[in-house]
Amino acid sequence: MSANSLMTPPTVSLPDTAPPPPFGRELIRATDLTAFYGTFAAVKNVTIGFEANRVHALIGPSGCGKSTFLRTLNRMHEVVGGHVTGRVLLGRDDIYGPRVSLTNLRRRVGMVFQKPTPFPTMSIYQNVAAGLKVGARQSRPEIDAIVERALQQAGLWNEVKDRLRQSAVALSGGQQQRLCIARTIAPEPAVILLDEPTASLDPQGTQRIEELLFNLKKDFTIIIVTHNMQQAARVSDTTTFFYLGTMVETGATKQIFTAPTQERTEAYITGRFG
Amino acid sequence: MNRLVWRRWKSRIMVGLMIGAVVVAVAPLLLILGTLVARGAGSINLAFFTQLPVPAGETGGGVAHAIVGTLLMVGVAGLIGLPIGIGAGMFCAEYPKNRLATVARFVADVMNGTPSIVIGVFAWTLIVAKQKHFSGFAGSAALAMIMIPMVMRTTEEMIKLVPHSLREAALALGYARWRTSLSVVVRTCLPGIVTGSLLAIARVAGETAPLLFTALGSQFMSRDLNQPMAALPLTVFTYATGPYDDWHRIAWATALVLIMVVLVLSLLARIATRQRFDVRQ
Amino acid sequence: MTAGEPAITEEPGAAVLQGRAVGDTVFKAALTIAVLAVPALLGFLVWELWVGSRLAIERYGFDFITGTTWDPVAEEFGALPLIVGTLTSAAVALVIAVPLSLGVAIYLTEFSPKWLRQPVAFVIELLAAIPSVVYGLWGIFVLIPVLKDHVFPFLRDTLGFLPLFQGPIYGNSMLAAGIILAIMVMPYIMSVSREVLMAVPASQREAALGLGATRWEAAWTAVVPYARSGIVGAVILGLGRALGETMAVTMLIGNRHEIAASLFAPGYTMAAVIANEFTEAASDIHYAALSYVALSLFVVTVIVNGLARILIWRVSRGQAGGGQGV
Repeated sequence: MSANSLMTPPTVSLPDTAPPPPFGRELIRATDLTAFYGTFAAVKNVTIGFEANRVHALIGPSGCGKSTFLRTLNRMHEVVGGHVTGRVLLGRDDIYGPRVSLTNLRRRVGMVFQKPTPFPTMSIYQNVAAGLKVGARQSRPEIDAIVERALQQAGLWNEVKDRLRQSAVALSGGQQQRLCIARTIAPEPAVILLDEPTASLDPQGTQRIEELLFNLKKDFTIIIVTHNMQQAARVSDTTTFFYLGTMVETGATKQIFTAPTQERTEAYITGRFG
Repeated sequence: MNRLVWRRWKSRIMVGLMIGAVVVAVAPLLLILGTLVARGAGSINLAFFTQLPVPAGETGGGVAHAIVGTLLMVGVAGLIGLPIGIGAGMFCAEYPKNRLATVARFVADVMNGTPSIVIGVFAWTLIVAKQKHFSGFAGSAALAMIMIPMVMRTTEEMIKLVPHSLREAALALGYARWRTSLSVVVRTCLPGIVTGSLLAIARVAGETAPLLFTALGSQFMSRDLNQPMAALPLTVFTYATGPYDDWHRIAWATALVLIMVVLVLSLLARIATRQRFDVRQ
Repeated sequence: MTAGEPAITEEPGAAVLQGRAVGDTVFKAALTIAVLAVPALLGFLVWELWVGSRLAIERYGFDFITGTTWDPVAEEFGALPLIVGTLTSAAVALVIAVPLSLGVAIYLTEFSPKWLRQPVAFVIELLAAIPSVVYGLWGIFVLIPVLKDHVFPFLRDTLGFLPLFQGPIYGNSMLAAGIILAIMVMPYIMSVSREVLMAVPASQREAALGLGATRWEAAWTAVVPYARSGIVGAVILGLGRALGETMAVTMLIGNRHEIAASLFAPGYTMAAVIANEFTEAASDIHYAALSYVALSLFVVTVIVNGLARILIWRVSRGQAGGGQGV
């Protein structure tokens, strides 16, 4: 442990450009983060912190960089060939630091995508257990318990407990998405990133997911990208507004939706553009 | 004649001609299969599969040596060709913009168009000429070289059909790239890769030209890949071009067996592809 | 870690995220070896053919291509009859196969009832799965007797004014080889032309039909020209197959080193001479001459296939571009 702390870069005191956090501990913080596709900067100089056990919504018109920003938080941005400057701290770890293992990072920062992505060759059970494979070897009863707990947390257990061995693609779209949430939370990440998780779902499916988020924040820190402002207003504790790659405003959801300080935020949330 | 009437008639005549073309084009398959069954089925019995050829002039005997030879040589060709072909296809799909992938794709197209007899000459100079004797292994090497580009291209095509979102989902779970590729991407399109492999096996099982001066053929049972070896297509060739009626009888029966093997493999492969894999997106 | 505790903030430091991805290195190395094997094999092939034929290349040079005598005993090797035979048999095959395959392809894409399309295409494509040696067997015992007794005499009687159809009738002949080749290349030409025809946008034929064209006129004047370069590519692809086809041709063409005007006469092809003589070659120069033939055949097929790919690629690229606008 002491050896580790010797190699640890000192925790930097961050330039406090973001508004001071209103409550709780800060778990993940981006500092002066710029994300590129080639030479195009899709996200520019964003500095923002996210507190633990809250739901944080990222809103903005499409192409504003909110999804790209989300994908820099677990380094999925690099999968499509992008790169970043600036830094992202998870706890005290710089996720862009040297010798960072993407496997370890993504086990701490899970992600759910816009379209449900169950693995078509795996059963429901195998899908939920899929993320456990990359961690320490666990016994069968341990895995069984984790799968059950994850499915229960995702509100899917009662629907699938009798057909865990069946293919996951037979589930409805909403069930598939909750399955993907169960798969994401099974390895117990600290942070869950959701990239428009209800965009391809019907209203019932959307409602189930929104209820879930409320329960999940007891155990996880949630960052959700949504193009639906009502959804942001319903589910989130803080809201951050992105426009043209820059972070325009961030704050408590109630404040953003009732008393935005920026004119562009107000224009967006009142539907005057975007 | 009224011009419009003529134009209508011309259209009808052309359609008639095209239907004629369909009939003419479909006929050879039926004729060939029909003749094979008519002339070959009568000679197929248990002895045909279990016995060795008898000396010229005598009747009876079988092609057990050729069945064993084809199985062995195609099997070894698969052991060499499938891993290289699938691996190369995976490389092209995983690193599509890598210059090696571009080169390999181009080379595979060239190799796919290369006459199999030329590949036979290559295997001869590479192995037979250096070892100074014919061998089943040289035949396997030639067949493997035919399989590699076929398998490589189908593997790449199949992997490309897997939605990128599945790959991202696996990476987001913390899967390393190799695990993502093997246990999610390749696993998802495995039926397609199996199909491509089956088609390649079917194709080389019927190849004669690359075996002529590598495996050479043999009248004896040989299980030693270091020795000349018989194969079903070689047997068809030798017996069809030989002077004896009984040889011709065996050629037909052997051809029937060969075509059953090849068609069953191709049909299996096509059925497997038709079902495709269920990727709901 | 218990639920409700955001445990990560308690973790001691940066080492939490650190680790190495050994698996990925091994994975990429393994795939790289596989993919390197592909160009390496082709390079090896070209090199071995070159080394194998160097003796003949040095001794005969380009005269090899124009010489007409092939006499292993006198060590005199001229490949002109082989080249002519290869080109003639392929030409005969295309003359027969192209109209047939195009007729089928146009019928299936433009005219046939939907239920007929898949089965017919499937049956014709199965032809491609039949081994060459089986075509040869069938050709020897079924096709040639019919040709010799009925078709060739008929051709001589009706088209005998052409030198192509004069002279004594042999069973094993250029024409017999050409006909079997036609059957063999048909599935390739048919399936590729069908693909390029299907890639023609529906608006092409609708526009023609809207102008009052008959269905045939719409197909022939609006659809086919649009797919022209792809169809040419399909034909050239078939040509590549025909040039390199070995067994069936060896069994049917008669294997004689001569250039005859008549298609009824036997001939020889580059692939067939390799198949027949390679195991029996007695001298180094004979091997070298056969390797030289193989090398020339390889170069020709590479050029022909390359041309075909470029043409087909142009059509499919055009289709991709058109598709984006929809």
